[in-house]
Amino acid sequence: MTVSHLRFGPAPIRSAYLVEAGMAHFVACHQPVFVDRYDLLAHAAPDGVFLLNTSEPADRVWNTLPDTMRAQIVEKRLQLWVIDAYAVAAEAGMGRRINTIMQTCFFAISGLLPKDEAIAAIKHAVDKTYGRKSKRLVELNYRAIDATLAHLRQVTIQPAGAIGKPPEPASAVAQIVPDFVRDLTLPIYQGHGDRLPVSLLPVDGTYPLGTAQYEKRNIALEIPVWEADLCTQCGKCVFVCPHTAIRARAFSAEAASDAPPTFKHVPAKSKEFPAGTHISYQVAPEDCTGCGDCVEACPIHDKSNVSRRAVNMAPVGPLRDPERDNFAFFLRLPEFDRSMIKHGTIPGSMLLDPLFEFSGACAGCGETPYIRLATQLFGDRMLIANATGCSSIYGGNLPSTPYTVNGAGRGPAWSNSLFEDNAEFGLGMRLAADQLMDYAKQLARELANEIGGNLADALVSADQREEVGIVEQRQRVALLLDKLAASRHPRAKELASVAEWLIRRSVWIIGGDGWAYDIGYGGLDHVLALPYDVNILVLDTEVYSNTGGQTSKATPIGAVAKFSAGGKATAKKDLAKIASDYGHVYVATAAYGAKDVQTLRVFHEAESYAGPSLIVAYSPCIAHGYDMLYNQRQQELAVKSGHWPLFRFDPRLAEAGGNPFKLDSAAPSQPVKTFMESETRFAMLQRSHPEAAQGFLQQAQRDAERRFKMYQDMAQGHAVEPKPGA
Amino acid sequence: MIDLSTDYLGLKLKNPLVPSASPLSKNLDTALRLEDAGAAALVMYSLFEEELRAEDAMMDRFLLHAGIGHGEADGFLPGFGEFQGGLERYLEHLQRLKSRLEIPVVASLNGVSPSGWVELGHALQEAGADALELNVYHVAAEMLESGEAVEARYLSLLRELRSAVSLPIVMKLSPFFSSLPHFVKQLELAGAQGVALFNRFYQPDIDLDTLCVVDQLHLSYPDEALLRIRWLSILHGRTHLTLAATGGVHSHEEAMKLLLVGADVVHLASCLLQHGPARLTQILHDMERWMSEQEYVSVAQLKGSMSQKNLSDPAAMARSSYLRVLDSFSPRPGVWS
Repeated sequence: MTVSHLRFGPAPIRSAYLVEAGMAHFVACHQPVFVDRYDLLAHAAPDGVFLLNTSEPADRVWNTLPDTMRAQIVEKRLQLWVIDAYAVAAEAGMGRRINTIMQTCFFAISGLLPKDEAIAAIKHAVDKTYGRKSKRLVELNYRAIDATLAHLRQVTIQPAGAIGKPPEPASAVAQIVPDFVRDLTLPIYQGHGDRLPVSLLPVDGTYPLGTAQYEKRNIALEIPVWEADLCTQCGKCVFVCPHTAIRARAFSAEAASDAPPTFKHVPAKSKEFPAGTHISYQVAPEDCTGCGDCVEACPIHDKSNVSRRAVNMAPVGPLRDPERDNFAFFLRLPEFDRSMIKHGTIPGSMLLDPLFEFSGACAGCGETPYIRLATQLFGDRMLIANATGCSSIYGGNLPSTPYTVNGAGRGPAWSNSLFEDNAEFGLGMRLAADQLMDYAKQLARELANEIGGNLADALVSADQREEVGIVEQRQRVALLLDKLAASRHPRAKELASVAEWLIRRSVWIIGGDGWAYDIGYGGLDHVLALPYDVNILVLDTEVYSNTGGQTSKATPIGAVAKFSAGGKATAKKDLAKIASDYGHVYVATAAYGAKDVQTLRVFHEAESYAGPSLIVAYSPCIAHGYDMLYNQRQQELAVKSGHWPLFRFDPRLAEAGGNPFKLDSAAPSQPVKTFMESETRFAMLQRSHPEAAQGFLQQAQRDAERRFKMYQDMAQGHAVEPKPGA
Repeated sequence: MIDLSTDYLGLKLKNPLVPSASPLSKNLDTALRLEDAGAAALVMYSLFEEELRAEDAMMDRFLLHAGIGHGEADGFLPGFGEFQGGLERYLEHLQRLKSRLEIPVVASLNGVSPSGWVELGHALQEAGADALELNVYHVAAEMLESGEAVEARYLSLLRELRSAVSLPIVMKLSPFFSSLPHFVKQLELAGAQGVALFNRFYQPDIDLDTLCVVDQLHLSYPDEALLRIRWLSILHGRTHLTLAATGGVHSHEEAMKLLLVGADVVHLASCLLQHGPARLTQILHDMERWMSEQEYVSVAQLKGSMSQKNLSDPAAMARSSYLRVLDSFSPRPGVWS
């Protein structure tokens, strides 16, 4: 919820402070759902005005308001005005944009300016904004303004309305949450962060994981519904979900014997599971953002109705309550034995529990599926250094974090650093983990007689490249800790304190293109040049996203962004190619919406490589200017047009005498034009600078062809032709 | 010397060949080459109502309201100040064409919604268009919309535009009217100066691999001229409207047939897209050759000479040939026996 405090006066207001409780002469609520969630009228001054956007008609709305709100209205003698702004907007052809409408209401009833003068001023502002660019937009806004005045109603206050107790800030959920969440997280969600004593904040700044689950944003108007009869259990919907709101789990049929009546589960189709294994694809109805990417990803069509898929969007209203229960039940199901699941397939890997969920990223975000995938595969041993940017905002949006823990309480440890030093920050994590492991190994050798020579040897020489080795090492460490607890050796406690570090950590350095291509590039290059085992994930949106849409060196030629209002004049830096020039770095490009299997493979290969790995991951962003429903379609177009070729460079192959370079995408089958014309970031240049746009388009096509040819030559082991002009 | 000149919407054209609305007019250079090749007038590419709407929606959503729910995103895409709307671009291009071409330029409007035409028509007239072609691309697919209502939609759009401009208006029609002569009469009464027969609806196709509906541009083929031949033949001499034939003209043969049944002008698009401006010159040349061989002296002389009204057997253009045609078919030996 965003609260804006506005002060008006005949003289300029120069000092900035918030309107205090009981001092606001006008309070407006733009979102009807806030009525039940927040104390909206604490700020209202006596005899003030309360404007509410609601679909309830004026003659019925009074009885739908919470008792406390009615009591405040009566006590403070407030005027209550209502408007169904969404209906007015829809009718006027403005979609869900209600700003003009609510602004009109404000001026119509606040008494700040004479009404006619105010309306004329608003219309003048509309003219100024849209001017001669689009007469239609001017008309739509005019129509919305006029309709607003016709639909704005004052509500008759009924003093007899029951006066109840203040609302309980804690919902039913809060009764079963950890103390930390109850005392700190939930009050902040309620908007009461200012009331918390400093003593409640963690002394060392460490916050517990698994807290985004308490936010329950409930923003989706439609959520996916799984059609178990059609589903082939391919896992693609889970793979693309940006909010980890659709999940798959395998379990024994008996485990679902006490399932809620509408909980759906069917026998697993894969023959790899024991008989009686069932599978469920379950939606988190209160965490889904309704982006629809899962439906777009579903490859299944009903044979008799092509628009029906194995997941389809449906209005959330009647589904919310039953699906909430189903999701709660789904989470209580026992975790399936990870060793029985094929981690290298999409259907298998998507049965692994995600340790990144319900982030506050935009609906349809193209970054978050990569992070979720990494946590499914390696989350219980991840250390994450996260550069500033979108991923640091949705990754650590205190008081909550989307990173969470598995049934054993293990999950990623995450911290954020700056644009300019994040790669080094992550390298430090690697060095610290290695140092602690070496120290623990040294102690284990010293205490070999105490803990047993075989155990000491096994602990020191364990092969932990794959998960199975890590699981075995965990068992050894558990045994070690048992033995140490019984030991009186003076160094036993010391070894116990570092024993956990005998388990290999998977270090991930994550950030966007603004970090990796630009501000943090020097550090990134430094880390790539070293031999240490770090995994670098670049979430490439081709523009500074969270920072505000500025051009980065990843911005493609012809794209419009801040500092490139006339279109970026030069080509995108080929970061992956540059990194591959080192020879010892594992490098890959990925685009999950174009080739999910390749993305999965890239993550496995990067993590298993014992040196630096770099994944440059194509990440659709709202800044690209298309409906994020088409996230995957645009990724596919990017790859098919040659804008985003897919390749892997694996130094292990060279060591084995082979060609380390593998090209994973076919020759471009679509012109770059098709891709560029489908995204506003490029298309808008056709409107503002058509000739320049045409030139960029031709250059982009030439670049795409040249790049593909170069990659093709590299894949065939041929010498690379120099760039023109080099 | 054969006189190829013809009247079109009150304009005197040097010959009957007029490139119809197509991407060829989007480029000034291409337009000049068409003029050099002998085109007598040029119909500009269509200003699509839905294109303007989509552009408005795009501009509105991604440039002005990108940040719904995400305040930071409001200013992601800059440049709104320099953004040129679709109408503005069209008008500028029309002015550019008018300033460089000697031949008349017809602006083309494509849309179905009932309002907004007045301002548009005004703007096009101001920008110098010699005439307006109104292409009502309406697929009548509503159970509750009668044929009469579909016709009323055309008539109301025409009236609205008529009230706004003094320019000649030509209505481009689809072939799917129950009683075309009656409807053409209504258009005449409502103030049209001409009709163009017929609009080609692009048919959606299905991709069997993806089970998606795909839109593909299929260029016309010469057989399509036959439908135009019949209806122009029926209309000629029964209306005062200029008659334009559009669809399926690939050589002088189709062009001559259409003129013989009564077309005042013959539009070309697919053949020019496929073969370039030289095809227009070639058709003109072949027309002259054929006319000379047949000892015609002018287009005016032959125009409508084979219309239904002038045929000794008027039924030939109406129903009775149906039976004869059906009976005339015999399969190739070996196909059925």
